[in-house]
Amino acid sequence: MDWSWLPEYSDKLISGFWLTIQLLVICSTLGFLLSVPVGLVQVTGPKPLAMLARSFCTVVRGTPLLIQLWLIYYGVGELFPKIDGIRDSFMWPLLRAAFPYAILAFTLSVAGYVGEVMRGAFAGVPKGELEAARAMGMSSIKVLWRIWLPRAVQNVFPTLAGEVVLTLKATPLAATITIYELFGRSTEVRQDTFLVYEPLLLVAGIYILLTGLIVTLFGWLENRIPKPSMA
Amino acid sequence: MFESLQLLWIAPPGRGLTLLSGLVSTMQIAFGAYALGLCIGLLGALGKINGPAPLRWLLTAYTTLIRAVPELVLILLLYYAGTSALNNLLESLGYEPIDISGLVAGIVVLGFVQGAYSTEVIRAAMLAVPRGQTEAALAFGMSRTQSVYRVLIPAMIPFALPGLANLWLIVTKDTALLAVVGFFELASATKTAAGSTRNYLLFYSAAAVIYLCVTLLSNVVFGRIERRYRRGQAAA
Repeated sequence: MDWSWLPEYSDKLISGFWLTIQLLVICSTLGFLLSVPVGLVQVTGPKPLAMLARSFCTVVRGTPLLIQLWLIYYGVGELFPKIDGIRDSFMWPLLRAAFPYAILAFTLSVAGYVGEVMRGAFAGVPKGELEAARAMGMSSIKVLWRIWLPRAVQNVFPTLAGEVVLTLKATPLAATITIYELFGRSTEVRQDTFLVYEPLLLVAGIYILLTGLIVTLFGWLENRIPKPSMA
Repeated sequence: MFESLQLLWIAPPGRGLTLLSGLVSTMQIAFGAYALGLCIGLLGALGKINGPAPLRWLLTAYTTLIRAVPELVLILLLYYAGTSALNNLLESLGYEPIDISGLVAGIVVLGFVQGAYSTEVIRAAMLAVPRGQTEAALAFGMSRTQSVYRVLIPAMIPFALPGLANLWLIVTKDTALLAVVGFFELASATKTAAGSTRNYLLFYSAAAVIYLCVTLLSNVVFGRIERRYRRGQAAA
């Protein structure tokens, strides 16, 4: 084992680490926000929207994330340069960078997987509680915000922790579209130093630590919210 | 747009044949890795439930670590570590080092990863089988092995099927990761076809559709299997 390269590359690895964290936090948050309507319309309707959300979940869950990522980055990215004058517009730097495409792909993926979880969670909240809330005079939005959503999240909280871990484990795919997050940095180190194992083992260790951290954090949060009652 | 659609056709200049042979490789790797994963999972679950303490710790470490590291990192680690370990072994035994084919390497690497997930699924299913059933088998004079083969495994299958179906879907999708290491399968075939014709959107959409068909078809098959194994059980 040769670790002499570590000081030289530590800056790059740390910047890669932060990029991984950024990807994780941004995509988990946006994905969760998107998953709420995706899950909700499947329970409440209207039918066309419910069908749309259902097929969205099926497609996201039925195709590899790598293909989704490449489809969005190479495929959709291929369309933009064909639009006249787009190279002069203020959007161009954004459309040329890889990061927004990664954010979009991962967010959609999280929304698809968590949307399915949230569908079950919304459906699992006892009807009586929603009726009681409505009888109290709450508007639909208020029922959702005060009763339905909190109760749904409460029921699937441990599953959400698992989804965040899955998202973390998906972030290395971003390296395939030239984003130098943690895994991408380790590949760079491997190509520079011709070391096979050490950089990989290092990032594997960091991912294990991050997973442990996520599990601990969610476990702590879970203990702070009241336990769901058995309906 | 419609002119480029003929690029998907089998005959040249269409790249359909490349995609099809990629799909064949993908399915071979997926089947192999799934089968290997099931074997590891079955033994791992038995070891985790009945094994001596050191074995249990080892298996816990295996399932915990594998499930905490991104598959892409694992594939690279296992591929390099596995091939060099094998060649070291062969050299020390006095044989020539060999070049391991992408198919076998893909199966072993993904199978090893799948094994960790299968272990957990099968272990949970085995624990869900009422203790009395295996005890009854032993009381009938079956040996421990017989009680596992004749009672525990058939009785745990209905509990394990949803999880195992999920794992099959995961492994078919995980084969795409092998494209990053340069193995030939559907995703890398698509990448080649898309790159050489500069029709990225078309080819990646086509690949997505193919993967989706595999998933939907698998869902139908697993639905049938599940219904068959659940016959005679009270509807949940």
